[in-house]
Order: sequence, then C-alpha cells, then structure tokens
Amino acid sequence: MLVLQTLNSMGPMHGFGIALRIQQVSQDLLQLNQGTLYPALLRLGQRGWVVSKWGTSENNRKAKFYSLTRAGRKQLDRQVESWGRMSGMINRVLRTT
Amino acid sequence: MRETFRTLVQRFAALFRRRQLEHDLDEELRSHLEMAIEFNLRKGMSPSNARREALRSFGGVEQTKEVYREQRGLPVIETTLQDLRFGLRMLLRSPGFSILAVLCLTLGIGANAAVFSWVEGILFRPYPLVAHQERLLALTGTARGESGHADISWPDLLDLQSSCTLMDSFIVTKITGTTLSIGDRAERTIGSIVSANYFDAIGVHPVLGRGFEPGEDSGQNAHPVTVISYQLWQGRFKGDSQIIGKTQRLNGVPHTIVGVAPEGFYGTFVGWGMQFWVPASMEELFEAGGYKLEDRGTRWIEAYVRLKPGVTLEQAQQEISAVAKRLEVDYPSTNRGRGIKLWPLWQTPFNNAGTLLPTLEIMLVVVVFVLLIACANIGNLLLVRSFARRNEMTVRIAIGAGRGRLLKQLFTEGLILSAFGAAGGLLVAHWCRHALVLLFPARAGVTMHLPGDIDWRVMALSAGVSLIATLVLGLIPAFQAGKVNLAGALKSDSAAVVGGGGRAWVRSSLVLVQVSLSFVLLVGAALLIESLQKIRGSSPGFSTQGVLFTAVDLVSAGYDADHAKGFQDELLDRVKALPGVDSAVFARVTPLGYGSFSSTPIAVDGYPSPPEEQPTVEYNEVGPDYFRTMGIPLVSGREFTRADDEKAALVAVVNETMAAKYWFGRNPIGERVKVKDRWMRVIGVAKNSKYQSVRETPTPFFYVSRRQNFSVGAGLFIRTPLSPGIMATALANEVHALDGNLALYEVITLQEQLDRSTSPQLVAVTLVGVLGGLTLLLAVIGLYGVMSYAVSQNTRELGLRVVLGADRSSLLRLVMSRGLTLMAGGVLLGAAAALALTRLLGNLLFDVSPRDPQAFGSALAVMTIASLAACTLPAWRATRTDPARVLRD
Repeated sequence: MLVLQTLNSMGPMHGFGIALRIQQVSQDLLQLNQGTLYPALLRLGQRGWVVSKWGTSENNRKAKFYSLTRAGRKQLDRQVESWGRMSGMINRVLRTT
Repeated sequence: MRETFRTLVQRFAALFRRRQLEHDLDEELRSHLEMAIEFNLRKGMSPSNARREALRSFGGVEQTKEVYREQRGLPVIETTLQDLRFGLRMLLRSPGFSILAVLCLTLGIGANAAVFSWVEGILFRPYPLVAHQERLLALTGTARGESGHADISWPDLLDLQSSCTLMDSFIVTKITGTTLSIGDRAERTIGSIVSANYFDAIGVHPVLGRGFEPGEDSGQNAHPVTVISYQLWQGRFKGDSQIIGKTQRLNGVPHTIVGVAPEGFYGTFVGWGMQFWVPASMEELFEAGGYKLEDRGTRWIEAYVRLKPGVTLEQAQQEISAVAKRLEVDYPSTNRGRGIKLWPLWQTPFNNAGTLLPTLEIMLVVVVFVLLIACANIGNLLLVRSFARRNEMTVRIAIGAGRGRLLKQLFTEGLILSAFGAAGGLLVAHWCRHALVLLFPARAGVTMHLPGDIDWRVMALSAGVSLIATLVLGLIPAFQAGKVNLAGALKSDSAAVVGGGGRAWVRSSLVLVQVSLSFVLLVGAALLIESLQKIRGSSPGFSTQGVLFTAVDLVSAGYDADHAKGFQDELLDRVKALPGVDSAVFARVTPLGYGSFSSTPIAVDGYPSPPEEQPTVEYNEVGPDYFRTMGIPLVSGREFTRADDEKAALVAVVNETMAAKYWFGRNPIGERVKVKDRWMRVIGVAKNSKYQSVRETPTPFFYVSRRQNFSVGAGLFIRTPLSPGIMATALANEVHALDGNLALYEVITLQEQLDRSTSPQLVAVTLVGVLGGLTLLLAVIGLYGVMSYAVSQNTRELGLRVVLGADRSSLLRLVMSRGLTLMAGGVLLGAAAALALTRLLGNLLFDVSPRDPQAFGSALAVMTIASLAACTLPAWRATRTDPARVLRD
C-alpha cells in the first residue's frame, strides 16, 4: 500500500527513489531493508497494479521506472478505504473502552 | 481471483525468460546500489562508508535475489527442471549404465506394448473401420451333449432376428473362396458370404458405389452382385474409376460389382483379409451342399450381433436362449437339442481370435515376467551406481539437502530412464505390429492380416507400465539413500566378506527373483517345445509322408456336375499313369483343413436315440482307394471302389468310434445307417484318424462314396514318394492338357497340412521361446554382474586368503559356490512357481503334463549351464588376485 501510495503521489519512480521516499515519509521510523522492496514490486507487477519500464534517472543513470496502472489506482482506493474503515473501527473500539 | 490467475500466468511465463529476467534484476539492483552510494556521497560520507551504508540499508543482495526469484517463477517447476537437467547430466556421465538400463527397459516395456497392441488389434478391436466393436458379439449354435460351437441355419437366424428386441442387428458372415481370373492371371481369393445388412450394420461405407440393399440376401441365386475390397480394386482392377457396374465372373457366374470397400477394411474374420463380399442369396454358388436358405436343418452360418447400447451379454443371452427354446419346440425334427450362444468378440470361436487367445493370454503373463526381470536388472545396476554415488549423496545431505529432495532427484532419474525406455518400447511395438503374421505358415490365396493396434489405450497402458517401472527404479536407490549414515559413510569403506553385508543381500535377492522368473519361462518354453514335437510327431491316423495334396478349382471355372465327373476321372487316370504315383483319389474335404465336413442327423437300426438328443455325425465324401491313398487302415470290410457309383447300392464306411457307439461294438458291416434321409449299407470299418484338429478326442465319423453324393469341389490326394515340386510340374501339365484355362493349387505334403493346422502351437512356442531366451540372458547378466561386483569389492579378503595359503582352486570354489547357491535358490523358487503356473498353458499343451519332469530337467540343465558361464569369469578373475598388490593397497 505504501508503494502504491508513493507511486500515486509521486508519479513514475525507480526502486531507490521509492525506498528513499518511504523512508522520508515515515520519517525514518520504518527502517526496512531496501532489498525487500523489489520482491514486493515484482508481486505488484504480477498482479497488474504497476508496470515497469527502463529509463534514465535524473543523474543519467539507467534505472527501471515503476508507474501505477488503472487497476493499481483502483486497488489503492480500495485499500485506503478499507484501511480507513479498519482504523476507524479500531479507534472507536479503543475510545469506547 | 483475476489477480491470482494473472500472477500464475506471469510466473509461468517467467520460466521461459529466465536469462533476460536475471539480467534485468542484476541491472536494477546494481543501479539501486549505485544511486544509494551516490546519495550517501552527497550526504558527505567517504566512498568506502557510502558503499558500506548502501549495502547495509539494502540488506543481503543475494538473499534479495533469491526471494525475488522465488516470487518470480514457479519454484516447484524450477526444481523439477533442475532435477531433470541434473539427472540427464548424471546419466550422460555414465553412458554405459544409461544405455544398458534404457535397453533393458526398452525390452521390458516393448514386450508389454507389443503384446498389448496385439491383444487390442486382434482380440478387442480386431476389425478396422467397424463402428462400436464393444457392442459386437459373436453368435454360434450349440448342440446338447457336445462341447464347442456349431454353425447356424439361415431360417433360424431370420427367426432370431425377428424375435429378439435387445439387438440392433444380426450380421451374417461366412468365409468362402473362389479363383479369380482377371486378364490372364488366375488367383485364389477369399471373401465372405454376408447378409444384405452387412455394410450398414457394421458402419462401413463403400468408397465407391454402394453396399448391399435389403432383400439382396433372399431368393435362390437371385442377386449376383459383389462388393470388392480396396486392395483388390487397386491391385487387380488397377484402381479403375469406372469399376461400378462392370461384371466379374465369380465361380462361373457374372457378378455386377456394386461397390468398393474403403481402404484398410479387411472384413470381419480375424487373421484373414477378405477380398470380396457377396450377398447370402448367392450362397449356393459358393458353398457346397446345395441351396440352404430355406433349410433349417443345414447349419452353415457364422454371425455377429450388435447389442443395443446398455444391454449386457447376459441379458442378450437370456433372450436368445428363450427364442432358441421356442424354436426347439416349433421345429423338433431339426432343432431338438440345439441352442444359440453369444461370445465376446475376443473369444470368437470361428476365426483366429479363438486360436490365438490362449497364446496371447500366456504372453500377457510372460511379458510381465520380462518387465520384472528387466527392472530387477536395472535395479541391480542402480544399486552399483548408488554405491558409487554414496559420496555424492552424503555430501548433499551434509550440506542440508532434505531427504525428500534427494528422493525427488532419484525418482526424476528413474523417470528419465523409463521415459526413454517407453519411447523405445513403443518403437519396438510398432516394429512388431505385423510380426505375428510372420509366424503363421504362408498359404496360397490367403492374405494374413494380424495387426497390432497401437491406439491410445495401448499407449496409456504402456505409460502405466513405465510409471510402475519408474517407481521400482526410484525405490531401489531411494531405499539405499534413505539408509545413508553420515558418520559411517564419511569413514572409509571397509570390505565385507564375499557376498556378505546388507547391500549384497538386496542385490542377491534381486538376482534370485530374476533366476526364478526366467526358470519359470524356461520350463514353459520346454513344455511347449515338447508338445509341439509331440503334435508334429503324433500320428494323425493317416500318412503324413509320401502323400501330396492339391486341388483344381472346378467350381470357380463353372463346371457342372457331369463335366466335373468327366474331368476328374480323366485327370485321375492321367495322374495314376505318371511315373512314381502309387494311387490317387478325390475327396471333398481335406482333413485338418479349414473346410467343414458335411454333417447329418443319422438313424441306425437298433440304436434307440435318446429323446432329448438327435445323433448328428460328420462325414466326408471320398473316392475309390481313399483309405489306401491316405494310409488309413481298415479294421474290417472293404473300401470304396469304382463300382460304388450312382447306379450301385448306397454304401458307407464308418470309423471305430462310430461302430462302438451306434452298434455297441458289434460288427456293423451289412447294417444300415440313415444319412440325409437315405439308407446306406455299412461296408467297412476304418481306424480312427484326426479330422478337424490333431487335438480332438476320438469322435464318430463316417465316409460315403463321392460318386453317390457328388459335389463339384474336391481336393486331390496322391500317394507318391516324389517331392511336391516335381509333382507340381507334372500335375500342371496334365491339368493344362485337359483344360488350358484351369490353374492348379499349390501342391503340399500332408505333413505340411498338419503343420499348418498346428500353427497356433508354433506361434506360442516361438514367442515364449524367444522371450524365455531373452529373460535367461537378462538373468545371466544379472548373475554375472552380482558375482563380478562381489569379487571386485572383496579383493582384499581374497588376497588375504591367498596369503593365508588358499590355492586357486579353493578360491574358484568359493566364488563359484556363491554363484551357484544363488542359482540353486532361484531354481528352487522358480520350480515352485512353475508348478503352480504351468497349468495356465493348459490348452496349448498336447500330451504333456504341466509338471512334466523332462521339461523341468531341461530347464534346469539350461539354467545350470548359463549360470556356470556367468560365474566362471568372475571366479577366474578371483583366482588372479595378486596378494602383494592387495596388501600394498
């Protein structure tokens, strides 16, 4: 979901960019191994939510750029919605007790 | 759901682009790391720190790749592919082993596939192009008090047809023959007399013209039409596209060719390819014995029925029996004691299915033996190899390979072997498709057609056999691998005593199985050979040497009775005048041939026939001097002479069994017997001989004078010491001198006639003999392998024995005794199995007990010699053990 959200807000990005962005957004709270990003990207690709294309980075380096597909955007909406519902529910539960 | 499917497709697709994807992954990760380093450098780290930090925050690069790969492809398939590749590499690394193993498997699976294909093509689906053969059954008559089958009469068949509700159709087919003269070539040809529904009922549609039309099978000689086979059309009529409507003389009568059967259709007679079909209305022209379509008492038809879908044989038989019972009541004079019986196609008694059935049944057992022995052999090879690969296995377990993964690897190797074996086996079966025909002696005018049929059923069965083989092959080394003991295996091997140790135990028992199985086959082969010798050596009751048989087809040439009598008398005189000819005679039916004898209900003065049964006896119409020519001794009375002609009193000669049965042992000479409503006087008693088969038990039989019961068709028997070849030329000259248009049949000795009638035995002997030999070879290879391996593994012990004073002969004895003990064990087991199993040979044995000691003896002798040969080389090698070298090593 994080990856989808990143791609949604930032447009096409390469793996390192995504990793960096997630790190920044989570204010370094989420210290995942950057390597785990790639199998995740592959999984998203296999499900048809992202597509990848070789291109050149801002520093003229060859890199693979990932972008969100229509199905991916829909999926993100669904996930955001269900997350909202879920967290809202948890919040309510926490508040009432 | 859609995503799951998409994932699967993508993963599967990834299997085929591995190299490209792997390259992409490398690139991507490298660029990631480079960017990370650059980023860190910009943050002001030193180059080495920047690199370390980049790698740290990435995590393990190789681990990532591995996780990525697992996510990318399908690990199950990938490891399988890996196993396959590795297995292939292992097999290529020891080509000797692989080739031997594949050969053994090819043999085992090939033998199975070939026999399956024969069973399919001859017994279960014998008739190419015929629709729904699973609903086809054979139909014959039965006679109370007699075993076996009888033919059916035409009126009975029509009644069955109109009364039975469970059958789609009744299909009449009766084999017949004619001499076909097209252009200047005359050739013997076989065909079928069929009911008019024949082609429609079996679902075969002529490629040209039509089949027969309803009604074409009624009326005496009313519909001279014929359908010819595709081969005949192509061969003799040169594929003439205007053939329909042309006429062809068959047995002297012009027949209109109304159709050409499709290519690959051979009719409905297992073993023989039919060349033409005529409707039953023309029966009188092709069958001896007059017009029979309205005669309920004359039984001549062989038939099939097609059941309606879902009807079982039992239900159909019940219905048919009920109708037969009614016919018995309605027509007591002809049908008393007569029943009708249905047979599954593979038991069809009136063609070669019936004769081959016992042989094929035995072959099914034999090929399983061959497969087992082949598997045991490969098992042995695998054991040797698994020993050699013990280090590899140990290392793989030590570095963490699971047992399951190892097993999978071993099974994969077994699968590769058996896949090759199966492919080779099917190839062997393909080559052997027509092998059965080769085993039958050729006879003029008959196109033998006994095809194996490799259809999906045969393929599936062979695949099943290979899978079982795979399991067996995988299990043996797996059994070994499962026992790999790390600590023990990493220690150096220590030699055991010759033949000792657990592994040797497995191998020895494999050899034991091989020896015992091949011993069973040897006993079987010996029994069959012995019976064949007995059959061929047995006296059929007539001379087999010095009597020649041939025929001139006057029926096809259109001779009527008077012309035929004149021709035959003239020819007899000429033949008798030839130098070297003692006597010659015409007789209607040849003993032990395919032609059927006349049969008749009889009445005998003073013999009260039981009310439930109508005594029916077969007879032959023979000329003067028949008994002298054939060498059948007369017990009393006289034989036929030229004086026993149309004007003289009717006479008959009976055989001993008939005299004993109907005259209770009194001398029947001068007594009367009623044959086809005519009373005949018995003038002689002949010794029993064989009439239809050498295996038959003595049956009542009699002979009548040909002149007094004339029909045109007859065979010529000549007593002469001359060879058939010489005689054929002289005979052909005489025949041509009388009528230039006539051709002579092949000239054969009666021994040849006898041999042809025993061809099923010959087929059985050849097949069991060949496979028995093969299994013996395999077993000997197995024994040799075990012994030489034992010797090579135990040179240390042998060397020690030499040092301690053992001389060569004692070493020889030691090794030989090991081998021979194995053999003796195998023979004992095999003998026990053979005692239980040879009974299966049942019908194929002739005058030989299934427990015949001589057969067991010869099998033992062969096995002993073969085993001695197998042990000698290893034993000799053992005596060459150099103690100095052994101790130095």
